[in-house]
Amino acid sequence: MLEIFMRFRRSHEFWLAMVILLLCIILTVATDSFFTLRNLSDLLTSNAFIGILCAGLIVVLVSGGIDISFTATATVTQYVALTIANAYGATWVTLFLMAGGIGIVLGAINAIFIERFKIHSIIVSIATLNIFYGLLIYFTRGKYIYTLPDFFTTGVNFFEFEYDQIPYSLNLQILLLVGSFLLTWFILNRTNVGRQIYAMGGNPDAAKRLGFSTFRLNLFVYCYMGFIAGVASLAQAQFAQSVAPTVLVGKELDVLAAVVLGGASLSGGVGTVLGTFLGLTLLALLQNGLVLIGVSSYYTQFVTGAVILISVSATALEAARQHRLKRARA
Amino acid sequence: MAAFLQLTGISKKFGGVQALRDVDMTIEQGEVHCLVGENGSGKSTLIKIVSGVQPPEPGGKIVIEGREYASLAPTESTRAGIQVIYQDLSLFPNLTVAENIAVGRHLGGLHLVKWAAIRAAATQAMRRIGIALDLDAKVEDLTIANRQLVAICRAIAADAKLLIMDEPTASLTRTEVNSLLGLVRELKAKGICIVFVSHRLDEVLEVAERVTVLRDGRKVGTFDARDVNDKKLAVLMTGKEFSYDLKSVDLSNKPVVFEVEALTRTGEYDDISFNLRAGEILGITGLLGSGRTELALSLFGMTRPDSGTIRIDGKPVTLKSNQDAIEAGIAYVSEDRLTLGLVLDQSIAANATVTILEKLAGRLGLIDPKDRQIMVDRWVKDLSIKVSDTENQVRTLSGGNQQRVVLAKWMARKPRVLILDSPTVGVDVSAKDGIYEIVKRLAEEGVAVIMISDEIPEVLYHSHRIIVMRSGRFTGMHNPTKTSEHDLMVAVNA
Repeated sequence: MLEIFMRFRRSHEFWLAMVILLLCIILTVATDSFFTLRNLSDLLTSNAFIGILCAGLIVVLVSGGIDISFTATATVTQYVALTIANAYGATWVTLFLMAGGIGIVLGAINAIFIERFKIHSIIVSIATLNIFYGLLIYFTRGKYIYTLPDFFTTGVNFFEFEYDQIPYSLNLQILLLVGSFLLTWFILNRTNVGRQIYAMGGNPDAAKRLGFSTFRLNLFVYCYMGFIAGVASLAQAQFAQSVAPTVLVGKELDVLAAVVLGGASLSGGVGTVLGTFLGLTLLALLQNGLVLIGVSSYYTQFVTGAVILISVSATALEAARQHRLKRARA
Repeated sequence: MAAFLQLTGISKKFGGVQALRDVDMTIEQGEVHCLVGENGSGKSTLIKIVSGVQPPEPGGKIVIEGREYASLAPTESTRAGIQVIYQDLSLFPNLTVAENIAVGRHLGGLHLVKWAAIRAAATQAMRRIGIALDLDAKVEDLTIANRQLVAICRAIAADAKLLIMDEPTASLTRTEVNSLLGLVRELKAKGICIVFVSHRLDEVLEVAERVTVLRDGRKVGTFDARDVNDKKLAVLMTGKEFSYDLKSVDLSNKPVVFEVEALTRTGEYDDISFNLRAGEILGITGLLGSGRTELALSLFGMTRPDSGTIRIDGKPVTLKSNQDAIEAGIAYVSEDRLTLGLVLDQSIAANATVTILEKLAGRLGLIDPKDRQIMVDRWVKDLSIKVSDTENQVRTLSGGNQQRVVLAKWMARKPRVLILDSPTVGVDVSAKDGIYEIVKRLAEEGVAVIMISDEIPEVLYHSHRIIVMRSGRFTGMHNPTKTSEHDLMVAVNA
């Protein structure tokens, strides 16, 4: 038990948790509005879109690849799924089946190009981002959708209650955020496919020799990313109460930043679901906190960038130091 | 005893190249068998056929424990108990020791991971060979020797009956090699057959009962290990006789070009003094970590000694960087040719001339391709580098030819002192000989050579004097005509 704690103490996650704790304490002392149920609920709801995508992207990074096309995928899935729902009617189930299904198909396109033509995933996904997004704008002429099905506009609200005359509930965004992180955690840590993804990210040649099918693994990884993008797109559309085809693309780097801040490596095999969640939390708290303190939003971007750079450098230095220590002991 | 594995009439063609030609081989139950041969002799192809990665040509027969196969699928080979430990070990650096050992449990269709079963399997595999590594340590944090143990445990956990080890000793120190050989004997005692593929002939003979030699895709023969020695094996592998003698030459009238006095760098080497005459080859040997490479790095200006003097032609020099060393006429061929000595993706011509760019440069600082080509052609011919086109990437050359390109690159500068660190690592027996020839010729032309190596025969048969290093100090000067491999081995390991 002690040993597990000692191991955790040296981990990237531990330092992130400490920084988050410190930030929470500072913000609680410095502002009245930070440590409130209202702010917590707002934070979770408004960061759900980015957060759900983080739960997909961590799988891609662990596998040794990268995907930046998922914001375009999300735009396509929400536009198509909700247009069909408006025209032919839908239920929650069919809506998620459509969004998730379209996401999976678009993800499969990425996987096939990456695996069959051996093109680097960053190049494939830059291309597909432009293709998906370009086609969508071409066919829709960038028109917004303002009327959505009634059940969708109402959303989901479990455990509704009022506190200080403000209504709270477990809404669609929070449910999907928590659900997607749990699902990713389960896949990566409790299924053999998840472990094969870690193995492939750490040493692709060895994975192949062992008999892991890298084609199937990559297909799974990018389809899962597509599926998650579909889910995230519905959370976002419900939150915004509209579909705006031009606002999602451009957010992919925020997602990547959160995942990398969470300790995932761009060279594959490294990264945890807990770390990803903490990275997301830290970025969300920073942005939220700076707004609450009253800092200009341009400055917020600067601070966000600086935090990422400092954190990643510190991790790299610490890793090098640990490595030297272990070598010296060996 | 019945044979575990019997190969009959195994051939393999890749395109127009006949990689294997009608090879027969038998592995007895519980036997340690060595497979030796030069690069391209068909060793790897044979391993691939046995492990099911490549099918043999029709007509061959594979019999494992009485069951006959025309060819094997990888899963059949694994199920029959055949496990290969590749030279790169095929481990997952980001995963723990336990997961690496029991990684076979992740195979198959979608299922849940039973972590307790994985840890239990890993513990059991380690217990079978009597080791205990931290189950939760990441493999990237282990030493090379421990990583190898993890790879062996993985094979054990997969119920290996035949363990094929491809060049297992290539990156181990002598002590680590000894414990590996101990482990091989222990596995044998447990009834596991072992096929050991190695370049280092002396090690092969320490552990094997029988040795099979391949040359150009054909089997030369299988020999009882007691009936052969490393020289005989070298002849069998290459089909050439080697003369290992360096005529003792009188160098006393040659000028001293290089002097080192009381050179010390704390923690690396201590109180090193020697001198070197023009045309002399000085061998320096010692274990990994004895300070031999660290000393070489200081002599080439890459690290600064704490105290002591280096003199060239009697004049003291301070080497602040390798640039200074190159200016002073010192050339250094590093141990790690692939990462330090060559730019693999660039052409042979570009690599060979990289040290003399400023000499080649014309008035405007531009290089005339014709001048460069003349220079390159001369070195290619002089060092007999086998190459179809000097614009080809260095990557496409064999180990021996790559090393010649490195030598060419330094020869172009006409150095006074040439430091060679493990010059024949990864070079075949016959190609090694070519490298020694070049070194010998350079010495005859008056270059003072320092040859650092942990292969004792290398320094014994190709130097005029031998210095043994241990724990950062010189422990003695040996005359190659008055010492033996055994004596040097004792001095190195003392």
